[in-house]
Amino acid sequence: MLQPLNLNRIHRWGLQSPPASHRLLPCLIQPSMADPSEAKGEGSLRKAFGGVLGVFILLLIGTLAFSIRLFSVIKYESVIHEFDPYFNYRVTQFLTKNGIYDFWNWFDDRTWYPLGRVIGGTVYPGLTLTAGSIWWLLNNLNIPLSVETVCVFTAPIFSANAAWATYLLTKAPPSHQFEVKGTGAGLTAAALLAMVPSYISRSVAGSYDNEAVAIFALIFTFYLYIKTLNTGSLFYATLNALSYFYMVCSWGGYTFIINLIPMHVLLCIVTGRYSSRLYIAYAPLVVLGTLLASLVPVVGFNAVMTSEHFASFLVKCQEVFIILHVVALVYYIKGILSPKMFKVAMTLVVTIGIAVCSAVLAILIALVASSPTKGWSGRSLSLLDPTYASKYIPIIASVSEHQPPTWPSYFMDINVLAFLVPAGIVACFLPLSDASSFVILYIATSVYFSGVMVRLMLVLAPAACIMSGIALSEAFDAFTRSIKFQLPKLFEASPSDAGDTNRGTQDEPTKVDNNTPTEKTETTAKERPSEKHRKKEKKKLEKGKEIKEKGKENTDKVSNKPLNAKKLLVLPLEASAVAILLLLILGAFYVVHCVWAAAEAYSAPSIVLTSHSHDGLHVFDDFREAYAWLKHNTDVDDKVASWWDYGYQTTAMANRTVIVDNNTWNNTHIATVGTAMSSPEKPAWDIFNSLDVKYVLVVFGGLVGYSSDDINKFLWMVRIGGGVFPHIREPDYLRDGQYRIDAHATPTMLNCLMYKLSYYRFVETDGKGFDRVRGTEIGKKHFRLTHFEEVFTTHHWMVRIYKLKSPKNRIRGKSKKKTNPKTTSKINSNKNVKKNPWQ
Amino acid sequence: MGRRTRSAAAMAIVPLLLLSFFHLLQFVSSTQEIRVLSAEKRIDLTSPIARVFLTLKVENYGAPEVPEILIAFSPTESEHLAILKASTVEGKRKKKTYVPLSVSPVSSPDAPNGAQLYSVTLRSPLQSGETTTVEALYVLTHSLEPFPTEISQSEPQLVYYRDSATILSPYTIVEQTVYIKTPSSKVESYTKVEPTARSGSETRYGPYHDRLPYSFSPVIVHFENNNPFAVVEELVREIEISHWGNLQIRDHYRLKHAGARHKGVFSRTIAALGYFYWVYDTYAKHPCRLDYQFRQSLSASFKTLLAMLPPRVHSVYYRDDIGNISSSHLRINSQKSELEIEPRYPLFGGWKATFTIGYGLPLQDFLFESSDGRRYLNFSFGCPLIETVVDDLTVKVILPEGSRNPTAAVPFPVNQHLEMTYSYLDVVGRTTLVLQKRNVVPEHNYPFQVYYDFNPIFMLAEPLMLVSSVFLFFVAYIAYVHIDLSIRRPLKTNS
Repeated sequence: MLQPLNLNRIHRWGLQSPPASHRLLPCLIQPSMADPSEAKGEGSLRKAFGGVLGVFILLLIGTLAFSIRLFSVIKYESVIHEFDPYFNYRVTQFLTKNGIYDFWNWFDDRTWYPLGRVIGGTVYPGLTLTAGSIWWLLNNLNIPLSVETVCVFTAPIFSANAAWATYLLTKAPPSHQFEVKGTGAGLTAAALLAMVPSYISRSVAGSYDNEAVAIFALIFTFYLYIKTLNTGSLFYATLNALSYFYMVCSWGGYTFIINLIPMHVLLCIVTGRYSSRLYIAYAPLVVLGTLLASLVPVVGFNAVMTSEHFASFLVKCQEVFIILHVVALVYYIKGILSPKMFKVAMTLVVTIGIAVCSAVLAILIALVASSPTKGWSGRSLSLLDPTYASKYIPIIASVSEHQPPTWPSYFMDINVLAFLVPAGIVACFLPLSDASSFVILYIATSVYFSGVMVRLMLVLAPAACIMSGIALSEAFDAFTRSIKFQLPKLFEASPSDAGDTNRGTQDEPTKVDNNTPTEKTETTAKERPSEKHRKKEKKKLEKGKEIKEKGKENTDKVSNKPLNAKKLLVLPLEASAVAILLLLILGAFYVVHCVWAAAEAYSAPSIVLTSHSHDGLHVFDDFREAYAWLKHNTDVDDKVASWWDYGYQTTAMANRTVIVDNNTWNNTHIATVGTAMSSPEKPAWDIFNSLDVKYVLVVFGGLVGYSSDDINKFLWMVRIGGGVFPHIREPDYLRDGQYRIDAHATPTMLNCLMYKLSYYRFVETDGKGFDRVRGTEIGKKHFRLTHFEEVFTTHHWMVRIYKLKSPKNRIRGKSKKKTNPKTTSKINSNKNVKKNPWQ
Repeated sequence: MGRRTRSAAAMAIVPLLLLSFFHLLQFVSSTQEIRVLSAEKRIDLTSPIARVFLTLKVENYGAPEVPEILIAFSPTESEHLAILKASTVEGKRKKKTYVPLSVSPVSSPDAPNGAQLYSVTLRSPLQSGETTTVEALYVLTHSLEPFPTEISQSEPQLVYYRDSATILSPYTIVEQTVYIKTPSSKVESYTKVEPTARSGSETRYGPYHDRLPYSFSPVIVHFENNNPFAVVEELVREIEISHWGNLQIRDHYRLKHAGARHKGVFSRTIAALGYFYWVYDTYAKHPCRLDYQFRQSLSASFKTLLAMLPPRVHSVYYRDDIGNISSSHLRINSQKSELEIEPRYPLFGGWKATFTIGYGLPLQDFLFESSDGRRYLNFSFGCPLIETVVDDLTVKVILPEGSRNPTAAVPFPVNQHLEMTYSYLDVVGRTTLVLQKRNVVPEHNYPFQVYYDFNPIFMLAEPLMLVSSVFLFFVAYIAYVHIDLSIRRPLKTNS
């Protein structure tokens, strides 16, 4: 029993005070604050022990980060998730099959038919290259893992890396100023990041997406920046540029870094914190980083040209760069000139400098203003003006992750961290260092960006974790310290028992003694499920014990301590005990929430759906059924049209050419498909035929109640289509402003292709045509298709595939032969359909 | 239509063929004086695979003793011939036993019109004047030709079967009858070669008397066969032996419905592929059952396949290249394991699907040590799916790393060669014996053996490698910690 107690104790105390020089064993008896007069050898032993323990905890955090993301594999299967990951998977397959050179030159003719897409030049290659090299390495070691397996597990592996990077980053900022809280805060932040739901949502096993790798790169770049800032080492500055390069390779979010760091540099200069270390941290990053970034084909000269970078590179990065150099020069000259001469030189330089700067600024503004969007891309414009996208670009607005988040989504994604962040900010201000000012800036900007787009919640998550880590660590530090200071006083009184000690303190030990057991019972009752918490609790309990021991045996030392210790933040004993308890409950709540989010909310691969009923689990595997059907039973060069959501999946799983896909780079092309879907059969057939389409795929959830189907997305098709082709007008599809598909729906709606393809023969299933998503009977039940024929419908009708009928020779006179609609509805055989193509 | 005219043409040239056969007759049978007293051919067409039982009562009326007799096949038949087994009946009545006889193809340039001869070696040479009864079973694949070649979803599937009303034989047949059994009594048409009779699901040609050698009279039977024509176009079986106690099997299938191609619309409501669906009711917030009125499907689509796996099978998986296929049932008992699988979608004529079935087996059930110290694997050849034709079967037996001299003992001719497979942490690679065979039918599910030499010390190679690499890592780390690589002059304290 003694041994584990001992270990835990050392974790709490040993790691928090790395330079503390205590003996390992005697510290059971002598756990007082750092005593510099102790022997150095024992201190290093203790430090080594603390280091090993720290490494061990970090390993556990890595394991936690990895394994909490495996719910998707356990509950479902080892499979690639959703939409974008399928594209990344396909690119990785290509890379592993054809090699890196073919990858850079890959022109993909399977998508955006007939335009195609230059994959090598339009994709962020970081993720693909990472997974590709992992696969290559494993296969060279004769570990025959499939590309799919590697891709599935890339995200969890990088989450573990990100947790470790968070540890480094959080440990780094305060280390320059006060080293005591560094490791503790680092470990706490790493543990928080390992299971923050926001990041889990993008990095569960199978979610093979850029963000999974990019968050690691982001944190690591920040860490190296801080490290350079603290050390002023060119080595770290170079590493920082390389890490920034990796980030640029991985994700478009690199602009965040190149915006944030100049802002921080500017902040430092403005607040008079300029130092040579700042210069070394910034100048190599800008020069090397930008050079490297422009090597990435997808970025290229964008690294200096577009306004996303104008904000950073020219307006800020460059300007900051110039300012930095001016400041550096000023400091340098200040050093070598006499004050008088300096004043003269200053006025000269300032006048010339202002003239030059204003000229450059004027040119820049002219350049930026000459471009139509003022050099901003739509997505970043919507960053500045959150309502921009919904007003002007339906294609951006139609993506749910580009919407501003709601308050519940903050609670869902960062949970209790939202409450801890302010405390962390406060902690960072006492005292403010270069590093902690950076973290403050980071959280401030990321809070803003996350408020604009749900997707950027991901950038907020690490910042929130760091802040909360610092807050929690500081809080524990303050509370335990105040307990530690006050407990000995109590015990001083209790053994001596004499009347000279005051009554008030004599009451306190009993209170504390009551407190600790109740704490224990409460916490055990509430937080049984979380292991981590139990550990904490144990730690706390034994801390109480050891404090008592300490109190008993170190009576003489105690008297010194309140004197030489910094007297700040000594709280009342009961208050701190209760506060610790509350913090633990908060932590436990966070853990429970994260596990729930990982298991229930974010693990569904979305290509396989399940539902529970009284007699077990039902699997809806219709998407893969349809894609497998397309793959095996259509010609390899056939073109499949569907709404762009399913483009990536169709190319990856069915290996068929698609018209549009999730890389929404060509609005007109998407609008064409949208128009076809919103048109009546014949014009739709003409549009599709002109695009060489052979099959049309629609997703229909009406039979089983799958709500994100094409009918529910249909208004976006109308809007996007109408944005380019004005004859498609949204009001034509709405009855009194309401979108409906029942008997009150507009004729345009009931005759459009999407309606027909979704509800064709639907009435035969239950006789009424009851749509379970919309909760109504459909408006037009019995109709036939003249230009399309159904070739496949999946088991639950979730995917329906139609083939374009080849044009028939028109025989005059035959078109007049019409059959009575009442009788035709009952005839199931397709012969009749064929005989009268012009119904 | 084209096929019909061709068959008509074939009928027209029959007399010509007969004439030419007659000319050839002399020197073929001049070597042996054998005649078939009575012959009976029963053709079973109830499944997609044609099985033919041939009973010949042979008499040697010449002087020299005859060690073997010949069975003839037309060129198309020999192309589709999957297996030919012959046996002879010994004993009388109740003590009747079938003794298998060895069969080997004969390269006979003298056979007319490319007829392929197989010789059946008799147990004891047939003496002058003696008779013996030989029973042969042969299986023909791809010999049922769908006509019409395209059908819609609700139409029945009709097929042609082409054969001869008389038995093709290098000997004179005194009396012969051919019976053709169809799955149902629904026969569209059949060629009449008098006497021909049809009753129920059976069509009888004959009896014919005293037909000359190689006489041939083509017949076509056009009948309904709604069996799913499951054909595995390619099956690659990987059998990986681990001496740590596991036998891992991976079967990669490329399945095709080889019946009449599906044409026109597809409809779930006609398909009758299931009688109810589980639906998730958004409003009721729980799944509910939705029953439909389906019309019974007539078409030959298939939804489920049954694979017979060995007993004590474990860790079974069924997936394809885009993930797990969630529709399968495994029933295990002590005798056998049955895996019922559904492809992702029901297969209609001409549709294809690929999938992989993998499972593990306890090694002690299949790996034995022979008397001379060699180890041998005893495993079943062929495809575990029942009633399935495999066009191209490749069996790869992956022996453990370090095994040598593999030899295979397969009861029928197969192509074989060796290759190297590299699996988890292999250095020299695993010797892999590859057996290839075309046209495999369920009758090929027959055990085969692979013998090899193996030294058990190789089992420890990979664990030792891992242990030593971890050890080396720590040694390297210790060395790194203790060596100061900096250029600076060492300071007085080591950090």
